[in-house]
Amino acid sequence: MISIKNLHASIEGKEILRGINLEIKAGEVHAIMGPNGSGKSTLSSVLAGRQDYEVTDGEVIFNGKNLLEMEAEDRAREGLFLAFQYPVEIPGVSNINFLKTALNEIRNYHGKEDIAAKDFLALVKEKQKLVELDGKLANRSVNEGFSGGEKKRNEIFQMAMLEPKLAILDETDSGLDIDALKIVANGVNTLKNKDNAYIVITHYQRLLDYIVPDFVHILYKGKIVKSGGKELALELEEKGYDEIKKQFELSE
Amino acid sequence: MIAEKTNTAQLIIDKITSSANKINFINDNVISKALIFIEKNGFPTHKNEDYKYCNIDSILKKEFKTIEQKFGEVNNLKEYKLPDALTLVVVNGKYSQSLSDKIILKGIHINSLSNLDDNGKTKITKIANVESDALIAFNTLFANEGFHLKITKNETLQFPIQIIYVNNSTSECIVNPRNIIELEENSEATIIEHYINIGNSKCFTNFVSEKYLANNSKLDCYTIQDENTNGYGVYTNQIEVSKNANYTNTTITLSGQLVRNNHNVVLANSNCEANLNGLFKINGNQIVDNHTLVDHQFPYCQSNELYKGIIDGKSTGVFNGKIFVRKDAQKTNAYQSSKNILLSDDATINTKPQLEIYADDVKCSHGTSTGKIEDDAMFYLHARGIGKESAKKLLLNAFAGEVIEKIQVESLKELIQTKLNLL
Repeated sequence: MISIKNLHASIEGKEILRGINLEIKAGEVHAIMGPNGSGKSTLSSVLAGRQDYEVTDGEVIFNGKNLLEMEAEDRAREGLFLAFQYPVEIPGVSNINFLKTALNEIRNYHGKEDIAAKDFLALVKEKQKLVELDGKLANRSVNEGFSGGEKKRNEIFQMAMLEPKLAILDETDSGLDIDALKIVANGVNTLKNKDNAYIVITHYQRLLDYIVPDFVHILYKGKIVKSGGKELALELEEKGYDEIKKQFELSE
Repeated sequence: MIAEKTNTAQLIIDKITSSANKINFINDNVISKALIFIEKNGFPTHKNEDYKYCNIDSILKKEFKTIEQKFGEVNNLKEYKLPDALTLVVVNGKYSQSLSDKIILKGIHINSLSNLDDNGKTKITKIANVESDALIAFNTLFANEGFHLKITKNETLQFPIQIIYVNNSTSECIVNPRNIIELEENSEATIIEHYINIGNSKCFTNFVSEKYLANNSKLDCYTIQDENTNGYGVYTNQIEVSKNANYTNTTITLSGQLVRNNHNVVLANSNCEANLNGLFKINGNQIVDNHTLVDHQFPYCQSNELYKGIIDGKSTGVFNGKIFVRKDAQKTNAYQSSKNILLSDDATINTKPQLEIYADDVKCSHGTSTGKIEDDAMFYLHARGIGKESAKKLLLNAFAGEVIEKIQVESLKELIQTKLNLL
């Protein structure tokens, strides 16, 4: 699905990612954990194509294509989805119009015609149920005046609508109460299948009780310093990041 | 020091006097005053604070060197007419009875200015003071035969009235359209003033309208400016709002090389309301300069202003909003907001709120913001597969939407959305 090799990226001359290597296959869920400032969000931004970051080295191959050479919109059209840590409010653009435009641009990219209005509405109805999103929210401006939980559920709703191949959930659990967390996790688990993959970026182990990862990677100072199975997350929860930090400092 | 004086005004007066018709609807005395005023002051230059960004003198001098006042005919305006509206047509500044709809509806009186009744005679030039502004003086001196439109007492019009001002200039021209729009007590109307240019030469429109809203009347008024690259113009609206009356204007500037709007509203009694909205989208070397004045003279009045600009290329936008709150105008609520998006590094916006408040028990505020399209919003849209053009359209449409939503006439709203090309 995606192959990240020796990825280096910096912002304003400061190197944040210092050689990331990661291989993800279809059907897998990878969790990336790490303390604040370790580069988790930078990794997701770089993959999604945010302009602020400069990739200084390495390559990313996404389904056989060079991801880093693509514009952000083309990455999305190729099936990459970033669920934002801080979804952006866009006053005046209705959620529905936004999603319809997105869906159609992706369809057009793949040589398909615009979706029929009737089919679109049916799809909206079906996917809204998945994240228990109030129908009224669909007609409101994108994320405007949404609560923290509503914003995150809206991200998952969009994901459900666009059906990406690889979804990156960037701290989707932050700011969520346990009920909202369950709804979000349930949405992801329902959408999960053998043909798609997930990168779940999180600071805490809590989300991983509900979205069970196949692999857990620990990111520290811009590198993956440890990888393992789901038990690594539990170990981390128990010992905290200090142990990792200590080990890493020693090895450096 | 000898004041620098330009003779642009005198040269233009000399050029157009021979082709001008004798004006029989304005008092000779007032015409003399207008002439004296303009001879003394000339056209405004950038040294005049109110015309700082809109140097009328130099634009006329540079762009109108060979004024010949040659006009073409206008026959068919079908494509410009809004469905479900009554149409009045003004051709090259002059009210055209033959192109206008034959209005026999109760409640609407329309007269050309040469047939002005006694009431009309007291109204013309009453609130468009020839000594307040050189463009008003110039219009008064050469006023084309416009019309006096009156909505009679207690009538609520069921259809909007669309007034099409069409210029067909076949040489460089100056037109001076003039009208009076009067709403009698307790009447209601929707009026769309729509300016277009179908000529192949430059035309300068120097428009003056006096609008009177009697007690308890309501006017929902639209100014649609679409005079293309040959269009230059100053559009002066003098409004007098009486007790419990409600005036709303939404000015949409779609095209025009130079567009200067002077929108002056006097809230001349208590409990009245004025809402002024504006939207312009400009590019190239266009200049759009919106000057508004809301003069709160009496207590318990409200005014709201919202002006938005989308400014691209090397174009210049201006918003200058004056609000006066006179000593007696207690309990005034006056709000003003100007928001702008700059789409290029060479685009300019000048905004200037001017609040002069002499009463102590009032609520007044103003706000202005200027920015680019937000990178975060753009990235969010891109991250969902939406390309650059569509993303820009979505965001600009959202920005403009706040003003477009205020348009109460559906067919007009659609026209504006299509013309702005934001859908």
